[in-house]
Amino acid sequence: MNTILLGGTKGIGRALAREIIEAGNQVFLIGRDPDELERSAADLRARHPQNTETGWALCDLEDPSSFEKALTLGTAYLGRLHTVVVTAGLFALQEDLEEDTELARRLLTVNFANTVTFCEYARKRLLAQGGGTLCVLSSVAGDRGRKPVALYGASKAGLSHYLESLDHKYRDQGLITICVKPGFVRTGMTAGLKAPPFAGNPEDVAKTIYRAIEKGSPLVYTPAMWGVVMAVIRRLPRGVMRRINF
Amino acid sequence: MSLVSLNSSVEKNTDSGKQTRQVRELVASWGNQTRKGIVLRGERLKELSREAVLARGLGRSYGDSALPADESDILVETMMADRILAFDPESGHIRVEAGMSLFELNRLFLRRGFFCPVSPGTQFVTFGGMVASDVHGKMSHASGCFGSHHVNSMLMRVADGRLIECNADCEPDLFWATIGGMGLTGHILEVEFTLERITSPWIYSQSRRIANIDSFMDHLLDDGAQWPHGVGWIDCVSQGRNMGRGLLDVGRWASEDEAQGRSLPTKRRASFPMYLPEWALNRFTVKSFNTLYYWKHLQKKREGIRHPDDFFYPLDAILNWNKVYGRRGFTQYQCVLPSSAGRGAARHFLSVLTALGGASPLCVIKDCGEEGKGMLSFPMKGISIALDLAIRDNTQQIVDRLNQVVIELGGRIYLTKDTFTRAEDFRRMEPRLDAFLAVREKWDPKGKFSSAQSKRLFGR
Ligand SMILES: Cc1cc2nc3c(=O)[nH]c(=O)nc-3n(C[C@H](O)[C@H](O)[C@H](O)COP(=O)(O)OP(=O)(O)OC[C@H]3O[C@@H](n4cnc5c(N)ncnc54)[C@H](O)[C@@H]3O)c2cc1C
Ligand SMILES: NC(=O)c1ccc[n+]([C@@H]2O[C@H](COP(=O)([O-])OP(=O)(O)OC[C@H]3O[C@@H](n4cnc5c(N)ncnc54)[C@H](OP(=O)(O)O)[C@@H]3O)[C@@H](O)[C@H]2O)c1
Repeated sequence: MNTILLGGTKGIGRALAREIIEAGNQVFLIGRDPDELERSAADLRARHPQNTETGWALCDLEDPSSFEKALTLGTAYLGRLHTVVVTAGLFALQEDLEEDTELARRLLTVNFANTVTFCEYARKRLLAQGGGTLCVLSSVAGDRGRKPVALYGASKAGLSHYLESLDHKYRDQGLITICVKPGFVRTGMTAGLKAPPFAGNPEDVAKTIYRAIEKGSPLVYTPAMWGVVMAVIRRLPRGVMRRINF
Repeated sequence: MSLVSLNSSVEKNTDSGKQTRQVRELVASWGNQTRKGIVLRGERLKELSREAVLARGLGRSYGDSALPADESDILVETMMADRILAFDPESGHIRVEAGMSLFELNRLFLRRGFFCPVSPGTQFVTFGGMVASDVHGKMSHASGCFGSHHVNSMLMRVADGRLIECNADCEPDLFWATIGGMGLTGHILEVEFTLERITSPWIYSQSRRIANIDSFMDHLLDDGAQWPHGVGWIDCVSQGRNMGRGLLDVGRWASEDEAQGRSLPTKRRASFPMYLPEWALNRFTVKSFNTLYYWKHLQKKREGIRHPDDFFYPLDAILNWNKVYGRRGFTQYQCVLPSSAGRGAARHFLSVLTALGGASPLCVIKDCGEEGKGMLSFPMKGISIALDLAIRDNTQQIVDRLNQVVIELGGRIYLTKDTFTRAEDFRRMEPRLDAFLAVREKWDPKGKFSSAQSKRLFGR
């Protein structure tokens, strides 16, 4: 499985890159920081069973002009492209986003408009070569309007919506779209936040995502318990949601 | 291949889209001692280490060395900085970020024919922690300590904010003070060392019953000469003729023929569910446990192929086993009794211990090997004894009394296990202390770095 991964330098993406590599596959990393990319590529090489080198190129989710080039370099490096994965994303606390509207605009742009734009380039490329898999990390935060994640959740709701439609529309043509909805996962993104029950580790979450890619599952909650939690939350009456702080 | 080429000492500030949140939280040692402090977590050690006054790995040190001295102190937790930066399969040279764990290294390299040249009794430790404590293993009589004998070079963040690559040739005083220096000279960001080639991922081991402490002293030395790895478990409760009876476990890597190409399975681990109440551990339960452990070996001797996890890390089979000691926690007392104190030293130590009634279900004895080169490294030529003590009202007195014996015999204690030693006692057992403090003063004149332990023992 030849994979282009946007966001493999940290957190869930780092763990997923390792999972893919350790199974003997090839990964091409794309991201915004050359130093971090080089160090992560070295890590993946040391973990590859055949010590195979991992390539990388620059791609900044805040700069849509970097998307096409990164995909082109990745495809050239890998030969045949099977999978494109996006784990990159931004998070900020609701209170910080409410205070700093410029930060809110950036987050909405990166998580929604630019991620979707990136996926559009990836979609065309995968369809042009006869199909493949597009796997993108959204969030349980997009499942219901909730007080603590009004803005971040909105960006992920939009993203989930797009990913679902894409899967309905193109699966027949060989493009499998996977929407991953992580619950709380202990990464740098959530450092400093109090972990709720059912918090997951990036390694376990990465294993689940890897399996979903292999099987082509269109929607994945991980850790799995969050699927149950969100099923309840989605059904709570508005009056209840207005009163609770979840 | 030059491994250092990958290390860029150039720094830049990248905007990660998020301010660092600083919240006070409860930080715990492996012995369940707790302190409040601020903990920073993330992948980017270069950035996170700037403000921190102490680095912390997987928190496997029993004592207060990885705990903040003060509520407002900032700690950097290294766990997420866990990448391999370079690996050369020809030579086994490897460079890793300080938060990488030994568990991960074993998971990746055992089956590829490599092992860390020194490994402590748990694999849930980071390489930063292994350098800071200059850990020794089952093989200390043969392979020495991790930092002293195997680290080639490391990248550090020092007190004035600079990044410094140090080794035996470059800033050697910083290098040797950091090895075994319990995090007090700066933050270790990257560690470079050489993996040992192994003949198979299996261990060929022999374990047998030993009748008493005198017999133990003979066997540790004799068997040590024949086997690269060895450790003994002794019963610290029995007195008289049986005093110091126990098991001696020795081993070596199995040959290809012995391993017969069997693939190594991944071990499942249980987790201890809760803190036991204080009454659960008493003289009677401990004694029964020890008797069972001793007689588990019905034949006097057992020999054969074993999983390396069973051999090196028996305690890792149950995660959080430290909860057995209840909420009040426990401490480990580990000391080395130098060869110069004579053969009777261990017997003397044990007789004081059994008279104090410091019941411990686990007491480990090993041949310490050569003295470490780290300025505060624990090992010296002699016998190391380690025992667990559940914390009770009289724990301070027990430690004080044992320290008195150790001082008389010319030995010393292991800082990474310690919570109770008094500053004046530590000074009496550590002639190297002033030299270490002078290097610490040189690299950190303003006193930026500290831990709960350094405040207790060195005043800051
Ligand atoms: C079951 C068990 C068995 C053990 N067996 C052995 C044994 O056989 N031999 C042995 O030698 N030890 C043994 N130990 C002790 C253990 O190896 C050490 O305490 C080790 O330092 C723990 O590593 P850590 O990553 O958990 O570090 P922590 O416990 O988090 O920290 C320990 C010390 O290292 C410092 N430190 C950690 N990371 C850094 C860094 N990046 N830069 C600077 N300083 C840092 C901390 O400030 C602290 O002073 C054992 C511990 C357990 C729980
Ligand atoms: N952790 C959770 O609890 C959780 C819960 C639900 C959903 N999620 C979602 O899961 C995904 C992964 O989360 P995580 O916890 O692994 O996050 P993380 O640890 O913060 O990692 C984020 C990754 O995204 C990259 N990135 C950020 N901004 C970028 C940009 N502008 N251009 C290119 N790359 C960029 C980062 O690269 P750098 O190294 O350059 O910073 C990093 O590799 C995110 O989409 C997140 O929203 C996470």
